[in-house]
Amino acid sequence: MNRIQSKLQENKKLLSIYFTAGYPKIEDTLPVLQHLQKSGVDMVEIGLPFSDPLADGPTIQESSTAALRNGMTTEKLFEQLKNVRDTITLPLIIMGYFNPVLQYGVEAFCKKCNEIGIDGLILPDLPLDVYVEEYEATFKKYGLLNMFLITPQTSDERIRQIDNSSEGFIYMVSSASTTGAKSGFGQEQESYFNRIAEMKLKSPQIVGFGISNKETFNAATKSTKGAIIGSAFIKQLTANGTEKIADFVNSIKN
Amino acid sequence: MKSYHANEKGYYGEFGGAFIPEMLYPNCEELRQNYLKIMAEPSFKEEFDQLLKDYVGRPTPLYFAERLSNKYGTKIYLKREDLCHTGAHKVNNTIGQILMAKRLGKNRIIAETGAGQHGVATATVCALMGIECVVYMGEIDIARQAPNVARMKMLGAEVRPALSGSRTLKDATNEAIRDWINNPVDTHYIIGSVVGPHPYPDMVARFQSVISEEIKWQLKEKEGRENPDYVVACVGGGSNAAGAYYHYLDEPEVGIIAVEAAGKGIDTGESAATSALGKVGIIHGSKTLLMQTPDGQITEPYSISAGLDYPGVGPMHAHLFTSKRGEFISITDDDAMQAGLELCKLEGIIPAIETSHALAIFDQKQFKKDDVVVINLSGRGDKDLQNFIDYFKL
Repeated sequence: MNRIQSKLQENKKLLSIYFTAGYPKIEDTLPVLQHLQKSGVDMVEIGLPFSDPLADGPTIQESSTAALRNGMTTEKLFEQLKNVRDTITLPLIIMGYFNPVLQYGVEAFCKKCNEIGIDGLILPDLPLDVYVEEYEATFKKYGLLNMFLITPQTSDERIRQIDNSSEGFIYMVSSASTTGAKSGFGQEQESYFNRIAEMKLKSPQIVGFGISNKETFNAATKSTKGAIIGSAFIKQLTANGTEKIADFVNSIKN
Repeated sequence: MKSYHANEKGYYGEFGGAFIPEMLYPNCEELRQNYLKIMAEPSFKEEFDQLLKDYVGRPTPLYFAERLSNKYGTKIYLKREDLCHTGAHKVNNTIGQILMAKRLGKNRIIAETGAGQHGVATATVCALMGIECVVYMGEIDIARQAPNVARMKMLGAEVRPALSGSRTLKDATNEAIRDWINNPVDTHYIIGSVVGPHPYPDMVARFQSVISEEIKWQLKEKEGRENPDYVVACVGGGSNAAGAYYHYLDEPEVGIIAVEAAGKGIDTGESAATSALGKVGIIHGSKTLLMQTPDGQITEPYSISAGLDYPGVGPMHAHLFTSKRGEFISITDDDAMQAGLELCKLEGIIPAIETSHALAIFDQKQFKKDDVVVINLSGRGDKDLQNFIDYFKL
C-alpha cells in the first residue's frame, strides 16, 4: 500500500503542510522536511516552483520566484531528495504545474519520483480527461497517486467522476479563490462541506486554501479527513526561517 | 478532408485543449457549452453585425496599394483593419465577447492588456454597454504606454497593475486568470487573442473571422476571384492572423504567411519569434509552442512592438507551423520600422509597429508579378508615434 493510503486509514485528522522547494534558501528543502517530520505533521506537499503559478496568490508566487532565483530546477529537486527516504517516513507529494513536468518528460519524471520514494503528485492544471487518456497508466506503473481538486463550484456529477478516478484523497479547495486569498470560513464553506459529506464519496477529502490556524484547521476537518496549510506556513518560514517550524505546527495541533 | 480549424475539444492537431486548474473548470465549461449556440442565435448575429457596421465601421476597405505593388512587382492589397473604431482589429473580438457576456448574464468584465490596445477595445465596449470593467496591465507596460492607460481611464475602466513575475503581458494575463478564479460567477474574462484555454482560441478566431469573410467578397469584386495567392499577417498571440486566415485555412491554394517578431535577431536572446524559439508546452491553459527554459519556466520575449511580445502563440498557429500549412517568417525591429516608414511614404498610411512586421516580408519572400497578396493591416500607428519619433529621431 502507498504511504498516502496507509496514512489516510489512520484514525485521526491529518495535518498536511505545503512548502516551496528551495525556499527560503536553496538548500532548505531537506531541512524543512526534517523539521516538519519531527514536529509531527502527517503529510507534506513539496512545491515544485513555476514561473507562472496562475492558481496561486502572492505568498506562494513570491516563494516560487525566490526559489527560481535561488537556482531551483526540477533536476536540482530530485538531487536534493535523492536520499530523502533515509530520514523521512512521511507520505510525500510533489505539487506543481504541468509544464515543468512535461518538459522533464512525464514518464522520466514519474520514474524519478518512484526511485526517490515520492508517493503522489498534485498537478492542478493537468485536467482529468487528459490524465485518464494519456498519463494514468504511467502514474500507476510507477506507483504514484494523482490527487484531484474540487471547488464549491464543481458539480456533483463531476465530483463523482473525480471520486471514481481517485485512489488517494480529493483535494477540496475551500472557496473560489487563489491560494492564501481568504482566511476563515463562512456560510458558503459550511454548506459546501455539508454537501460533500452527504455525497459519501469513496475517497477521503483533505481541505486546502484558507487554513491558517487552529480554528480554521478544526473547522475544515469537522467533516473531512484533514487539511493542508500552505501560504500561512510559507509566511512564517519567510519571517522566521526553518527554526520556528515546530512552534507553528504545535500551534495548529495542540 | 484535413481541417485546420479546432475540433470539438478545442484541439488544432496536438495543440490547444484546456489545461486549467479545477477552479477555472466551471467558468470555461459554461462558455464551452454555450458559445456556439449563442453565436448561432439570429438575434446575436443581428446585434453583432449591426454593431460591427454602425459602431466599428465595417466593412473595412480592401485597398489596392498601387505604389507599394509597383515597388515590389506584385499585386498587394491591404485589408484596412486600421480603420476600425479604436484603431485596430481588436474591437471585432471585444464586441463579440461583450454580447456573449451579456447573454451569459455576467455583470463584470476583466481583461489583460500588453500595449493597451485590447484594454482600450475592452474598455470601449464596456462603456458602450454600461458594464463594470477591470483591465490588468503589467506595471512596466503601464509606464511604457501612458496614453492608452489614460484612454482606458477616460472610458471608465479600472486599470490594475500586475506586480508579479516580469510585470508585462504574460503576468497581466496571469492576474486576470487569478481574478477569474476569485470571481467565478458574475465575471466574464475577455481574452484579447486566440490564446488561453478552449473555447477561447476558437471563439476569438470566429469573432475575428469577419476579416477574411469580407476579403472574400471584396476580392471577388476587384479580381474576379475570392481567393488570393497569399494572405499575410503578423502574429503575436495571433488574433488578427486568425481572422485573416480563417476562411482560407482549408483552401490549399491560398498560401498562408505568418510574420513573427525577431526582435534584435533570433539568436540574440532578445526575440519574440515563438515558432523558431519555442517548444511544446502549456501557457495560460493552452498546449502550444512557447518560449521557455529547458526546465519549463516561461521566459520573457522581446520585440520593439508590445503587441507581438508574447512568449506563446495561439494553438491554431502552432499547428499551422508544425504541419507546414503556414509559412513563418521573422522580421527584426529594424526591418519592421523601415517597412512602417515606407508605407507612410508610398501610401500615406501610418501603420502600427506590429503591422509593420507583416509589411517587411518582401526582402525575404519573392512573389510573382500576377500574384495577389493580401496583407492584413491590423492596426494604425498613432499609438506608436513616440516609438517612431525615438527611432527615426523625428
